[in-house]
Amino acid sequence: MSVEDRGTWPVGPKPPIRRFHQARWDEPVIFELSQPGARGVLPPAVEPGIREAVGDPAAELPPSVRRTDPPALPELAQLHVVRHYARLSQENLGVDLNVDVGQGTCTMKYSPKVNDRLATGPKLADLHPLQDASTTQGILEIMWRLEQLLKAISGMDRFTLQPGAGSVAIYANIAMIRAYHASRGDDGRDEVITTIFSHPSNAACAKTAGYRVITLYPDADGYPDLEALKAAVSERTAALLITNPEDTGIFNPRIDEFVDVVHEAGGLCAYDQANANGILGITRARDAGFDLCHFNLHKTFSTPHACGGPAAGASGVTEELAPFLPVPTVEFDGSTYRLDHDRPSSIGKLRPWYGVAPNIVRAYAWIVSLGAEGLREVAETAVLNNNYLMHRVLQIPGVSAPYAQGRRRIEQVRYSWERLAAETGVGSEDLGLRAADFGTHYWTSHHPWIVPEPMTLEPTESYSMGDLDEYAAILRRVAEEARSDPDLVRAAPYASTVHRADHGPLDDPDRWAVTWRAYRRKAGLDG
Amino acid sequence: MPAPDRPIRLGLVVNPIAGIGGRVGLKGSDGEEVVLRALALGAAPEAGARTVRALERLDRGTTRLELLVAPGPMGEDAARAAGLAPLVVGELGGDRTTAEDTRRFAAAMAERGVDLLLFTGGDGTAVDVLAAVGDAVPVLGVPAGVKIHSAAFAVSPEAAGTLAAWVARDVAAGARAGFREAEVLDLDEDDYRRGQIVPRLVGYLRVPREPRLVQARKAPSPAGEDAAARAIAADVVEGMEPDRAYVLGPGTTIRAVAERLGVPKTLVGVDVVRDGRLLAADVGEDALLAIVEEGPAALVVTPIGGQGFVFGRGNQQIGPRVLHAVGREHVVVVATPWKLASLAGMPFRVDTGDPRLDARLTGHVLVTTGYGDRAVYRIEA
Repeated sequence: MSVEDRGTWPVGPKPPIRRFHQARWDEPVIFELSQPGARGVLPPAVEPGIREAVGDPAAELPPSVRRTDPPALPELAQLHVVRHYARLSQENLGVDLNVDVGQGTCTMKYSPKVNDRLATGPKLADLHPLQDASTTQGILEIMWRLEQLLKAISGMDRFTLQPGAGSVAIYANIAMIRAYHASRGDDGRDEVITTIFSHPSNAACAKTAGYRVITLYPDADGYPDLEALKAAVSERTAALLITNPEDTGIFNPRIDEFVDVVHEAGGLCAYDQANANGILGITRARDAGFDLCHFNLHKTFSTPHACGGPAAGASGVTEELAPFLPVPTVEFDGSTYRLDHDRPSSIGKLRPWYGVAPNIVRAYAWIVSLGAEGLREVAETAVLNNNYLMHRVLQIPGVSAPYAQGRRRIEQVRYSWERLAAETGVGSEDLGLRAADFGTHYWTSHHPWIVPEPMTLEPTESYSMGDLDEYAAILRRVAEEARSDPDLVRAAPYASTVHRADHGPLDDPDRWAVTWRAYRRKAGLDG
Repeated sequence: MPAPDRPIRLGLVVNPIAGIGGRVGLKGSDGEEVVLRALALGAAPEAGARTVRALERLDRGTTRLELLVAPGPMGEDAARAAGLAPLVVGELGGDRTTAEDTRRFAAAMAERGVDLLLFTGGDGTAVDVLAAVGDAVPVLGVPAGVKIHSAAFAVSPEAAGTLAAWVARDVAAGARAGFREAEVLDLDEDDYRRGQIVPRLVGYLRVPREPRLVQARKAPSPAGEDAAARAIAADVVEGMEPDRAYVLGPGTTIRAVAERLGVPKTLVGVDVVRDGRLLAADVGEDALLAIVEEGPAALVVTPIGGQGFVFGRGNQQIGPRVLHAVGREHVVVVATPWKLASLAGMPFRVDTGDPRLDARLTGHVLVTTGYGDRAVYRIEA
């Protein structure tokens, strides 16, 4: 860093861009902190009266569920557990700390804390899914009411809240599509069509369900290619799985024509509404003719993404497809709520129990607190924020917004730093890491890796104009550094906990490890 | 891979007259007469300056580098101008540098086992480097020529330097550096000046995988493209019908089909298989025509080069008569998702030499991109 960077702040005037340094605790993995014999909670011994009445409580457990060896869990005092996670939380970035608009497609909006309190309070936390429905009427009512709200938002006839993630919801949709064709004896349909900028889970779920996948590339104007769709449909078409707006933020203005072409070929249409944040109260899946759709409650409806889950998905269908919904459904007869397991055409269960109850409560609370007008305002603000940020970002030399040139975007933009990279040799990943030195960051892109040197920004409705100005100023600064001092950017970050991670093991089956046990084995630590 | 206990060795060969014809409108710099004309027209050599721009991107702080250069204007001058202390390999033969010099110095670098050979020039230079080193060492082109049709070049001198720095860092760390086979195309400059673009597929050089296409170090697997080619091959082979002759065009993706069948493949030529056995190797148009007229046939082709040509570039053997005989419905187009991505939205192209046939080939085509994976892609004439 240069001398003037160090400056005299905080004594002098505040610098134009926030000064930042992340905490560094050199915090070990929790397993390495284990102290044999240490305990966080000491449960009291069984009282003599109880012991006399029931004998050894553990004796009630069947032998098949009794451990012979204690579990290999870390042993720590409460204070050390709290300190460990508090430290890790400081070695992080996120919506509660910074302008978290850099994780485009993920809709990283602010989750109101009051909804967390509803979800973590004892009324919900102490419930068990095996309780009799007569004792769980409250949560069943919330589930039923959330289904009514999602029906109104999408125009669909029924919803399931069972999926634990967006991809599970997409998988539920393709499973219902398969069951629908099978129920009609229509067995020759083995192809699913999607677009290259639809969320990649669509192609992945169709493939997982055994379908051949046909991917459409954009037309000459950068929009989803209707002529390509016409060339792709046939008597083998089972369904179109499509996201709109796509992950580029481009809205497909002919989406109803896409649906018509597929329907004429005898296929079904499923609308991936992972990118619904800019269209709430403005367009509806049903009105464009779709047979199925899904939402990510953890994106659009503000519940936590939960770092890989459980998040929450919701699948909606027309009356014609309702018999295939997963079991159980929540039914209401006007006075009581019940779970219906007796649905002979159902595709079965996606996961245990009914859904991720805490996230269902959060999403319900979020929607009810906003109301119908509020939801539309969310969408309008998200679109306005995105197009304002796009206007600011495109003023930075070296960046562009490929496809549908000159047109506005809905709620996110996939930018390209290709020009800057060609001029400076500094790529998008390096720019994103340098942005971390200013207390924020961005993520490049997920599959497909078609946009060169990508950067995907999605500001949502949560951020103020000042927040977006700050973010754009950081990007401008970093891009200027790429020209004036490319080595500075390429060696960034300097103010983060971890300098640069070695991604090598992610590519190497001999080194990758997703559990502590696998890590110890592959690193040769077990002798 | 263990980290080597030695400096990382980079080689550098510059074709000092590369690109000299471009600015004065001569469409190339092949041949002494053209060079003299270019100089007479006031052309200034730019290859050296472009090389300096690339070398300035090398990481001098953290990686121990040893730079082997050809003498004088063929590398040494640029290295010194970039503030580096190079080891000079060999001596110049005379006042004027020649293609033979490029080949000689490139071969010397390969013999010394450089971890990466940088070369500055255009398509002609790439052809010379290919002739000298083949796939013995990885190489990377710093673009300075008039014609850059080969895929062995970085998008800019700066990008070349950055890629070289990454390779050096990966090798120094004992990590697997990702490489791919890049097509080397060359055009006859006399034809090119007359407006006829007929590039020839000369072969393949091993170049660093461009991170922009595989998301830098976050790539799911450095073997992704090879795995995609194998998945495509599994799909194509599964779909092969008995008694049908399959004409396999050039390209690494199609080589995977031959590997799946266990038959040899002429990398830059056209081979024919039937019922899993090699029927004919490296056939020309007439021999091909005889085969496809004799019985049912199909064509398996992949776009060649950076321009997305499915027919008419690098596979001219599959001419209009062959295409007529086989029929459009028996054309199998294959391409890895990376290949499609590298086209950056450009359509596929066809240039068979028969405009009416070209017009019939345009429209949308199903492309096999993996096992059970298809893309719908536009073809334009």
